[in-house]
Parts: sequence; C-alpha cells; structure tokens
Amino acid sequence: MTTMTEKPAFYVLEEEHHEPGGSTMLGFWIYLMSDALIFATLFATYGVLSSSFAGGPTPREIFELPLVAVNTALLLISSITYGFAMMAMQQGKLNGVRLWLVVTGLLGAGFVGIELYEFSVLVHEGATPQTSAYLSAFFTLVATHGLHVTFGIIWLVVMLFQLGQRGLHPENQRRLMCLSMFWHFLDIVWIGVFTFVYLLGVL
Amino acid sequence: MFTESLARTIFGRLTLESFPVHEPILLVTFAVVVVLGVGILALVTKYKLWGFLWTEWFTTVDHKKIGIMYMILGIIMLLRGFADAVMMRLQQAMAFGGNEGYLNAHHYDQIFSAHGTIMIFFVAIPLVVGIINYVMPLQIGARDVAFPFLNNLSFWLTAAGAILVMISLFVGEFSRGGWLNYVPVTNIENSPDTGPDYYLWALQIAGIGTTLSAVNMVTTIIKMRAPGMTMMKMPVFCWTALCSNVLVIAIFPVLTAAFALLMLDRYLGFNFFTNDLGGNPMMYWNLVWIWGHPEVYVLILPIFGIYSEITSTFTGKRLFGYSSMVYATVVITILSYLVWLHHFFTMGSGASVNSFFGIATMVISIPTGAKIFNWLFTMYRGQIRFELPMMWVVAFMITFVVGGMTGVLLAVPPADFVLHNSLFLVAHFHNVIIGGVVFGLFAGMDYWFPKAFGFRLDRFWGKVTFWGWVIGYWVAWTPIYIVGLMGTTRRVRHFDDPNLQIWFVIAAIGAVIILIGILAFVIQIAVSIKNREKLRDTTGDPWDGRTLEWSTSSPPPNYNFAFTPQVHDLDAWYDMKDRGAERPVKGYVPIHMPRNTGAGVILSALATVLGFAMVWYMWWLAALSAVALLIYSIWHTFDYNRDYHIPAEEVAAQEDARTKLLAAGA
Repeated sequence: MTTMTEKPAFYVLEEEHHEPGGSTMLGFWIYLMSDALIFATLFATYGVLSSSFAGGPTPREIFELPLVAVNTALLLISSITYGFAMMAMQQGKLNGVRLWLVVTGLLGAGFVGIELYEFSVLVHEGATPQTSAYLSAFFTLVATHGLHVTFGIIWLVVMLFQLGQRGLHPENQRRLMCLSMFWHFLDIVWIGVFTFVYLLGVL
Repeated sequence: MFTESLARTIFGRLTLESFPVHEPILLVTFAVVVVLGVGILALVTKYKLWGFLWTEWFTTVDHKKIGIMYMILGIIMLLRGFADAVMMRLQQAMAFGGNEGYLNAHHYDQIFSAHGTIMIFFVAIPLVVGIINYVMPLQIGARDVAFPFLNNLSFWLTAAGAILVMISLFVGEFSRGGWLNYVPVTNIENSPDTGPDYYLWALQIAGIGTTLSAVNMVTTIIKMRAPGMTMMKMPVFCWTALCSNVLVIAIFPVLTAAFALLMLDRYLGFNFFTNDLGGNPMMYWNLVWIWGHPEVYVLILPIFGIYSEITSTFTGKRLFGYSSMVYATVVITILSYLVWLHHFFTMGSGASVNSFFGIATMVISIPTGAKIFNWLFTMYRGQIRFELPMMWVVAFMITFVVGGMTGVLLAVPPADFVLHNSLFLVAHFHNVIIGGVVFGLFAGMDYWFPKAFGFRLDRFWGKVTFWGWVIGYWVAWTPIYIVGLMGTTRRVRHFDDPNLQIWFVIAAIGAVIILIGILAFVIQIAVSIKNREKLRDTTGDPWDGRTLEWSTSSPPPNYNFAFTPQVHDLDAWYDMKDRGAERPVKGYVPIHMPRNTGAGVILSALATVLGFAMVWYMWWLAALSAVALLIYSIWHTFDYNRDYHIPAEEVAAQEDARTKLLAAGA
C-alpha cells in the first residue's frame, strides 16, 4: 500500500477512446456457453431416455448412417468455407467474403434439407416423436440443432444484405466474427450429436 | 355451426366461459384493478406524461433508470404475491373440521402456485436484478453496462412475463402445479386447462430476459471496471453480483430447456414427462431443481453483498476478511450446483447418492458461516451507527442463522424422509428468503435510495416497516415450524385436527403484522417524497460511504462520472477521501453514450402477444406475432446509429451546478 502522504492521480483526465461494442465478443462467448447448456440438457435428457423405446423402433432399426455421413460432411465443410470468408475479411476482400458466405449458406441449407428429408422418412415409417420417449428425445435434440442452423442461415442472409449496404464496416466485421463463432459452435455440437446419437446408436 | 368454428379459429379455446365472472373474489379484484388502472392512466394522460414516460423511461438504456423500473415492477408484484399469501393464511386459519373455509380446492391450488411463482420470478428476481443494475456499474466506475439496449430488452421481457401472469388472474386460470409447475399434475391429461401454459410462457419469456441480463452484467464486470480496479480491489457487492450472474448463465438454460420439453409434451404430444410410453416425470424434477437450488443462491449472494457493504459503511471499518468473503462466495457458487437432489431425497436414488447430496448440502454452511463471522468481526470494535440499513443487517443475522440451521437439519437424508413436503420445509425456506433476501432488499433500498433520488427515506416509517417485517416474520413462521415438525404437510387447504388451529391463527396474525410492515413501506415512500426537501442530501455521500457510487452526485448524471475514477485500493472512495483527492472542476470532454431505443418495448409487446396466443391456441395470432418478432429483430439490426456524444458544455453545466452545491454544503 502507498503511504498516506503520497497523492497519486485519482481521476482519468484524458479520455481514451473506446470502440463501441468492444465487449461484444466476450458477451457473445458467454451467450454461446448458455446455449451450450441448453444442448447439454438435451443431451442429458437423451441419455436418460436412450432406452425408453416403449415398444417403438430402436436406433439400429431406423438410422441410415450413409445419409448422416453426407450431412456431417456438408456441415464440416461449411465451417471451413466460413473460415475462408473470415480470411477474406481480414484481407479486406469484400467480394471474397460474400462468395464464401454464399457457399457456406448453401452448404448449411443442404444440411437442413437432408435433415428434413431424414425426418420425413422416419415419420413415414411410423417413427414419430409421439411414439416413444426415446424418439421424443431424439427429434428434440436433433431438431434443436437444425433450428439453430436455420437461424444461422437467416442471419447469414441478413449479413449479405448488410455487407451490400455498408461493406466491411467495423460493425459488420464484428457481426461476421460473432456469426463465425455461432457457426463453428453448431459444428461442434453436431460432432456431439453425430457421435452420441448416430454412431453410438447403431453400435 | 359455421360461426362456432369461425370463433374457434379466431379465438382458439378462448370463450366467454374463460372469464371467471362466477368467482366473486376475482370480480372484486378485477374491479379494484380496473379502477386503479384507469385512474393511473387518466392521471398520466391528464398531466400529459405519456411522451415523457416513453422518451425518458420506457425507451431508456440508462442502467440507473432500468434499475429503478425493475424495482417498481418488483414492488408492484410484491403486493400481488402478498395478497395471495394473506388469502392462504386466512383459509388455513379458518378451514378446520366442518368449516371448509372460503376457497375451493381448485382456486386454492392456483393461489399457492401463483404466490410462489410471483414471489420468486417477479418479485425477488426483479428486485435483486434492479439493485445490481443500479449499483454495480457505479461501483466499478463505469458509465453504463456493456450492452445498454440488451439491458432495456431484458427488463421489458421480465415485465412481459409478469403481465402474462397477471392476465391469467382474469382470463382463464393459472397453474395448479406448485411454483415449479410439477408434472404429473401439469401433464396435459391432468391439466388440460390454460394454467400450466400461462406459467410456461410467462416464465420462458421472463427467463430469456434474466439470462440476457446476466450475460450483460458478467461482461460489464469483466470488461468495464475503472482503471486500477483489479478483481481483488472490486467491492464485495460486485463480486457477489458477478457470482450470482455467472450462476444465472449456468442454470437458466437448463430451466428453459426443461420448460421447452414440457411445452412439447403439452402442445405436440411428446413423451418426456408422461407416465406412459417411456416418459419420466422425475426427470422434470431433476431438471427444474438443477435450476431451482442454485436459484436461491442467485438471489441470496448479491444480498450478502449488500449486507457486506452496509456493515462496512455503518461500522466505519474496512470489511473484515475481504478475500475470505470473495472465496466463500465463489465456493458457494460452485457448491450450489451440486446439491439439487436434496429436494427429493425420497425419490429413492439410494443411500450413496443421497449421502453425497446430503453432505454437499451441509458443506455449504461452512462458507456461509464464514460470512456471518466476517460481518460480526467487522462490527467488533467498530463505530456502529444504527441507521435503517444497519438495523436490517442485525435482524438478518439473527433470523437467517436459524433458517440456516433448519436447512442443515433438512440436509440429513433420514430426517428429510420425515420432513419432506412438510410445513417445516415451507417455514425453512420462508425463513431464509424473508430473513435473508427480503430483509436485504429493504436494507439495500434504504441504503441506496438517497443515491438514486437525492433524498433519504423517512426514518420513522422505515422503523415501522422494519418492526412490522421482523416481528411479523417470527409470529407468522414460528407456528408453521412447530406444526411442520409435528408432521403437517404443505399445500393443504383443509384440516381435520382442531388442535392445530391455534397455530394457524397465530400465523395469520403474523401475516397481518407483516402487512403493516408492507403498508408502512408504501407510506414511507410517500412521506419521503412529500418531505424530500427536508431529507435532501446535496453531498452525494450521505452515509460516509466507501465505494465509488458515493463519489458522484445524487442522483448521478446520466453519464455517471465526468471523469473516470482511477482506483488504487479496495474501498476506492474511502481511499480518495482519506488521501484528499480533489474533484477536477474543469477540462471536461464530450462523453460517448448509447442512444435510447423503443425496440425493447416493441419486441417484448410482441412476445406477450405470442405467449397469450399460444396459451389460447390462437394459431394465426401466434404465427403472426412470431413472424413479426423475427422481422422486427432483423429490421432493428439495420439501425447502425446507436450512440451519440454529450457535448463538453453540457457536462460542464451539470458539473458546475454540483460544484456550487458542494461549496454551499461545505
């Protein structure tokens, strides 16, 4: 502790300039953690109900791994293409950013499309979420992820408009970085879904 | 036929029978609410305050005003929740033997569910969040929170939830499933009515608000502290606010997910918590209590912070054991996540599991006990000033310790098998929530009111409030402990054994004494506003405070600090006074501030409509409001013009006025 006689500066007289939204990345991280806990809850629920088939179909009877493998590949590649978009952003190449965002969005749309197809096949086979607690948990976990990807695509489209309006405005760069974290986060969650739901399900 | 199906399409399951015109109690309440509501609206219109309210309050992004709005919301809902409490006490004091009381079971079940739901979600949370919102940014020397618009949105989402709960009083009915909306009571086959849906939508909307608010507060504390304020130089209240909000982020998503699963069960026929097709009702209990137990620490931790600030200020000493206080808070934060199963030891998870959760629960009493000793040692040999806030601290220590000890009793699994769902448990949690959270909120309001409004609260009526609550608490809840220990169970509307009646009569008298305390609080505010010139404080530091909020004027300017303080020590303002820091009186620079926005109000209004439409199965309205929510949110992101600068002259004008006031006072 300093001695009593010494009198340091007690006020900051020269205002340093803070970029507005300087805390956004941390805030967004924390939001993602809360979202991760929603997924954790859904995973735990799936775990608890993983054998509550109630006479309904079991995972081995209904999952088609090749289809899910294609799906997984689409989503993983979309993370890479988003990475290219971020690299283009750092080099200040607006058109590069927009191109890679479009590619990412199309891959995401392909993912959601295949998932919807998979769901429709299951429902046709009589494996609906109302059939058993297990299927309730399965549809809820996978569809929650799919809904997130859908929102990601909507966000991406909005981003494309905003890039068209203002280019690589600092605000837009910040938003692109947030969307980037969101997109990679969904990728990581999907790895969990693929492993615990699909792979372990057919083992 | 055609009109009927048309009405069904438009109004869903809402019919004329949904309005409880046959319930005289509700009709009278409705009449009173209408008269009061129309009166207030008429006054606002007469004095042409709508524009003022909209631009200065509803759309504000100033953390101080948002904090005050949270407080107003919490106090209004306290009156509603307490009315429920008085009704229950009256019913239980009457309904013995041949007397059935005045409430039927259907109505009584809704009252106890609404009481608990309102008191936790719409009284305790808004009041705690409100105080954190107001005080924390000032204590860390910041000009606002990290995400000012998000703060406004969080408040209005909480208000939207409260509005939905209030609507359920007059349109349809509320849940009968207790304050956590337990399955299997709330499964669709047992409660096909709107009750559980009102509960779920109100709490989902308010819960999103609470989560977003927590993200905001944690980011603010981590990123926006004044230069020099390291984590271990941060006021204890900020530490407790940090831990509390970290907990919110860790638990509310679990609640959101659990409620979403119950919604899927109820709306789409899923089988998460059903009794057949593999559903598991106890999973709902586990999930909601993973939220529920930490939640009580979300509430009590910031309150511990309030007690710490007050004890230190009114004994004129640095807080005893600051770092042990911080560590104790962090340890409680972690442990609170590991004890949820003690809410249902009777589930039958076996001796080993029950032992783990029992011991984990008992361990929490160690850091909590450390805190009590820290406060006592702070007081020891201090110059204690028994102002109102300090009186609450002493009442808290005496009352809370008893609640803590009955908590340790309940943590012993074999004892819990006897006491589970008894009134002993109900007395225990009212003991810690009233004796801990409520007393602390009053202490905090008495303490920081002069900061927020520039004048103190009236002392006499403050004392009446104090004694009303303290005596009322003991008279109301000691008998409930006693009958609970004798084995009386909770949520009971009628009793057969006439020997018990005397205890419930005493408890009802206690509730009336608490009512005196609540009325005295309302009078205290009114009297203080009337006598505000006499109670005025021009220094900004009426209590000889120690932390940075007391270094600025009361009420603080909207930019909080003309110059950001430079922190050198714990108790930064005490340090500044002690070493004769001089307040700079010139050289002001423009200050960068966020702009007000109506987006929070609009989004929350749409969310309220969405909730109402979903409760009543008005699918077209639900779809419409959901789409509107999405489009409006997207449209809002196209607004890039969100901040402005307060010109240096304006800052200079405000600060010069304060310089004059300070000179006149000195």
